[in-house]
Amino acid sequence: MSSQNDFFTSRVPALDTQPMVALPSFPVRLRFEDVAVDYPTAAGPMRVVDGIDLEVRQGEFVSIIGPSGCGKTTLLNMVGGFVRPTRGRVLLDDAPIEAPGPDRGVIFQEYGVFPWLTVRGNIEFGLRLAAARVSAPQRTEIVDRYMALMGLADFADHHPKHLSGGMRQRLALARAYAVKPEFLLMDEPFGALDAQTRTAMQDLLLHVLATEGKTVLLVTHSVDEAIYLSSRIVVVTARPARVRTVIDVPFGYPRDEAVHEDPRFALLRAHIRTLVMKEYEAQAKQAAPAAG
Amino acid sequence: MVHGTFPPLKSQARGPAARAALVAAPWLALLVLWYAIRASGLINPSLVPAPHAVLSKFLELLQDRLLLDVWMSTRRVFVGVFLGVLAAVPVGFAIGWYQGVRGFLDPLINFFRALPPIALIPLVIVYFGIGETAKVAILFYASFFAGVIVMVEGIGQISPIYVKVSRTLGANDAEIFAKVIVPLAVPHILTAVRVALGVAWATLVASELIAAQQGLGALIQNASSFFQLDIVYVGIVCIGLIALAMDLLLRAATRRLVAWQDRIA
Repeated sequence: MSSQNDFFTSRVPALDTQPMVALPSFPVRLRFEDVAVDYPTAAGPMRVVDGIDLEVRQGEFVSIIGPSGCGKTTLLNMVGGFVRPTRGRVLLDDAPIEAPGPDRGVIFQEYGVFPWLTVRGNIEFGLRLAAARVSAPQRTEIVDRYMALMGLADFADHHPKHLSGGMRQRLALARAYAVKPEFLLMDEPFGALDAQTRTAMQDLLLHVLATEGKTVLLVTHSVDEAIYLSSRIVVVTARPARVRTVIDVPFGYPRDEAVHEDPRFALLRAHIRTLVMKEYEAQAKQAAPAAG
Repeated sequence: MVHGTFPPLKSQARGPAARAALVAAPWLALLVLWYAIRASGLINPSLVPAPHAVLSKFLELLQDRLLLDVWMSTRRVFVGVFLGVLAAVPVGFAIGWYQGVRGFLDPLINFFRALPPIALIPLVIVYFGIGETAKVAILFYASFFAGVIVMVEGIGQISPIYVKVSRTLGANDAEIFAKVIVPLAVPHILTAVRVALGVAWATLVASELIAAQQGLGALIQNASSFFQLDIVYVGIVCIGLIALAMDLLLRAATRRLVAWQDRIA
């Protein structure tokens, strides 16, 4: 493993091939095997994902980053059980994923908090289902815990129409956490939030992960966010999505704001930004082919 | 931070006296217009009874048959709408939810929906006779088709995100129906009732063409054959006021039941 000095002087591409941190050998939980996805369109099938091979181990935090509309959400949707691959397999513990389930919590970009239920009602929704098998006193305890954790206790009996965007996002998180999923699938969950709320939500996420431990797949546009939160970053190409590169993030957990000051953070950011910008340009060329 | 409360609209910021004036204003304007039309001579004044004449006729009829007429008509509308919406909710739901059902039933529904109830009266008399059943049948018909359209559109626009979310939380199909679809359908059921009520009141006169002795429609029909326009006006105003009262009640109930909705109004 390179020393600190070597890192500073090594060529940037070395980041791709040399893990800075020896990852513990946790079992592989998720596997993409030569996965391709076609979407039917008026002009025939459109390939949005083409030949993805990826493994995710227990406890990893994997960010998927790439240009808009490149197929990142489709990857998440396959793990979530909403989309089946046209080719290849998406496996959870070696079994193909067929349907959504409470083992894979999803944080949607549009939140999807239930408007007819109060904050309390939303969080306990999953716990009231047959699949949850939770007694009433347990339910109350769990709901109170997550409400307090997300800072929503004062709004327990309010409806979502009285909540701001950040609060609804927190509500969506609390609701997903309450059923204790092993996996968290997050689709640009903080995209619509202001910078302050976004940072607070990222720290809250890290805090919860530190106390509960889950395997996370996060789709994001923000390179900073990806580096700050993840143990591994998958840079995806312009449509159709392929894995351009996989980068291990050299920082351990638990993390805090100080990691932003680490010089490696800036190097990583520059490197990944360059890769992503190239893909953005490729995507733009696709959309508007050069004349002549 | 509590969101969703814009500064009060101007009308809410005024005092109760001003608000009462605002509510009364359109009716007063209508009265003024009524007198003005009489005075202007645009229409022959003998064809337009004066508002005070209508009022005195109203009070006169109140001693006589009016209450019975109101009761009969209201009951018919009530039963027709109740049965019509009761049928419209599951049918509308099935069409809105299942693509196959939609393809199968949609053209049929639209075909029958276009048929005016008046045109169906001869058939209704043949199949149902000339009793209460026949009259309620017409009102059921009108309410059902009005309600189905509302339900189909309402169910159709339920955002799929809520179903997706509930699946990721572990809900099975029955739970999704009972705990997600039903609460989201309630506002549309209420709208279906409101629309059905409106259509039913509008169809009441047609339904009471079927040999009705009592009822506001019958009152209007009898009076019109004797050219008693003031009684016709009384009948029309009564229908309008009862329909309005029912609608206001329903709107109040809706506000209560659907308080969670983020609405403009």
